[in-house]
Amino acid sequence: MKKYIDQGKNDTRSGFGAGLAELGRSNPNVVALCADLVGSLKMEKFIEENPERFFQIGIAEANMMGIAAGLTIGGKIPFTGTFANFSTGRVYDQIRQSIAYSGKNVKICASHAGVTLGEDGATHQILEDIGMMKMLPGMTVINPCDYNQTKAATIAIAEHEGPVYLRFGRPKVANFTPVDQKFEIGKALMLSEGTDVTIVATGHLVWEALIAAESLEKQGISAEVINIHTIKPFDGEAVLKSVKKTGCIVSAEEHNYLGGLGETVAGYLATTLPTPQEFVGTKDTFGESGTPEELMSKYGLDNKAIEKAVLKVLKRK
Amino acid sequence: MPKLQELQDLTVQVRRDILRMVHKVNSGHPGGSLGCTEFMVALYNELMELKEGFDMDGKDEDLFFLSNGHISPVFYSVLARKGYFPVDELNTFRLIDSRLQGHPTTHEGLPGVRIASGSLGQGMSVALGAAQAKKLNKDSKLVYTLHGDGELQEGQNWEAIMYAAGNKVDNLISTIDYNGQQIDGATEDVLPLGNLRKKFEAFGWDVVDIKEGNNLEAVINGMKEAKSRTGKGKPVCVLLHTVMGNGVDFMMHTHAWHGKAPNDEQLENALSQNPETIGDY
Repeated sequence: MKKYIDQGKNDTRSGFGAGLAELGRSNPNVVALCADLVGSLKMEKFIEENPERFFQIGIAEANMMGIAAGLTIGGKIPFTGTFANFSTGRVYDQIRQSIAYSGKNVKICASHAGVTLGEDGATHQILEDIGMMKMLPGMTVINPCDYNQTKAATIAIAEHEGPVYLRFGRPKVANFTPVDQKFEIGKALMLSEGTDVTIVATGHLVWEALIAAESLEKQGISAEVINIHTIKPFDGEAVLKSVKKTGCIVSAEEHNYLGGLGETVAGYLATTLPTPQEFVGTKDTFGESGTPEELMSKYGLDNKAIEKAVLKVLKRK
Repeated sequence: MPKLQELQDLTVQVRRDILRMVHKVNSGHPGGSLGCTEFMVALYNELMELKEGFDMDGKDEDLFFLSNGHISPVFYSVLARKGYFPVDELNTFRLIDSRLQGHPTTHEGLPGVRIASGSLGQGMSVALGAAQAKKLNKDSKLVYTLHGDGELQEGQNWEAIMYAAGNKVDNLISTIDYNGQQIDGATEDVLPLGNLRKKFEAFGWDVVDIKEGNNLEAVINGMKEAKSRTGKGKPVCVLLHTVMGNGVDFMMHTHAWHGKAPNDEQLENALSQNPETIGDY
């Protein structure tokens, strides 16, 4: 299988910060808003270079979403920044009415998604956000896998007209995608070709899928690994093409298996080519305090869980 | 004020439009619409500086956001009568395939509407964003909003009210339709609003009371006073004292007509109190 090298661990939120800073220099219409989490979202560089284009909202996320919607009236491209929990569940109706239904060009940038937020525990570890966001008509949902891809995605969404949910995380993780890889919204990325099983993964689970595929290769199992960085619009054709070859699929995400990537995959395949599928995701549960690694292991979100799911789905072919 | 009689005539016609729209589909919100008729007519025909035509960005013109979207009948009538879309389209209010949805939306591309509203408490935040965009664009025009008084029970308003003063958003005039009524009864009984003037002032706003919110001349003068207070470092709040259902005697001084349409007889009675002026749609 194709080998990927970790260029040095880094956090996806820093990729967002770097992308936003670049946008600050290249696109005068980009403005940024934050609800008292500037440091956590790595927005300092943008603010330092463009103080007049930054809006500190305070701890008032509902107001932030409305202000972002309003800033589009006048041609601005607002990027909101707060934790994923406060970017979605807390403000769902504001996003629904003032942004999605109103068709506003707002980029909702959400850090600290999933259990890898770690020690703060379940109040902050949202595992339902992909589901909530993908159900909104017209919303684009993106969950990049590493620093480089998050930076590229941040830059790419400024060029896309319409509301976007960009999901990323807190911990330092492997940075393995090419530094100059252009981000194409809605286009799945083939990471490694295989013939026995398809693994589709999003976000932090992409690296784990590659580790799992390497281990499976040693056992004589050829896994195809696809990075689904865009959950909506979903690149069903890429998945269909792969399962026509492999005949089974494992979906992997740091999210509740209800409502996430796996459900999108299952829905697509049910109407095109019903295919045995196993879901790697949290099983309708809240998270808890712990280190990111401990939580990924406990909640079945690591490479071992993916490997186990592959072995299970292979038996169902 | 030479235009006053013309505006009076328009006000009566808008009242007729509201009554006929809600009657036709036996749904909609006449009470608040009738109470805000003078305000909306004055705003669009005497106070706001508007460009010809409509574009979403609204650069170099005043903007208006209706936060209490359920009073869409008055909004639609005033927009149509101002020329944003054909007056005949008022016939389609709340019908299938209409641009005139129950609550206003940008989704169907109706000219004059810049945000969806209906789920309460969101309009002031949106207006703040638009007002900030105007400042970034060096656009000196103003942003107006209208809110129900009961709507202030939604917490998001107070986030916005705090932000507006804290960030000196002084190109904003937010008007509260102070009619003291909401769906379940008097605001005083449902959830008392307390002293709104003192609350806004304590948050750092400049407050203008318009005691006769259903007197066209008083509304115009009060709004001109509010306008004169913009650009001075503070957002401006107008407490517009109105009567829900104004202009139709049996709809006044009660919350009963908040979201109820008149039957045939009631419509006839209501229209007879508001004889046709510039022509029905």
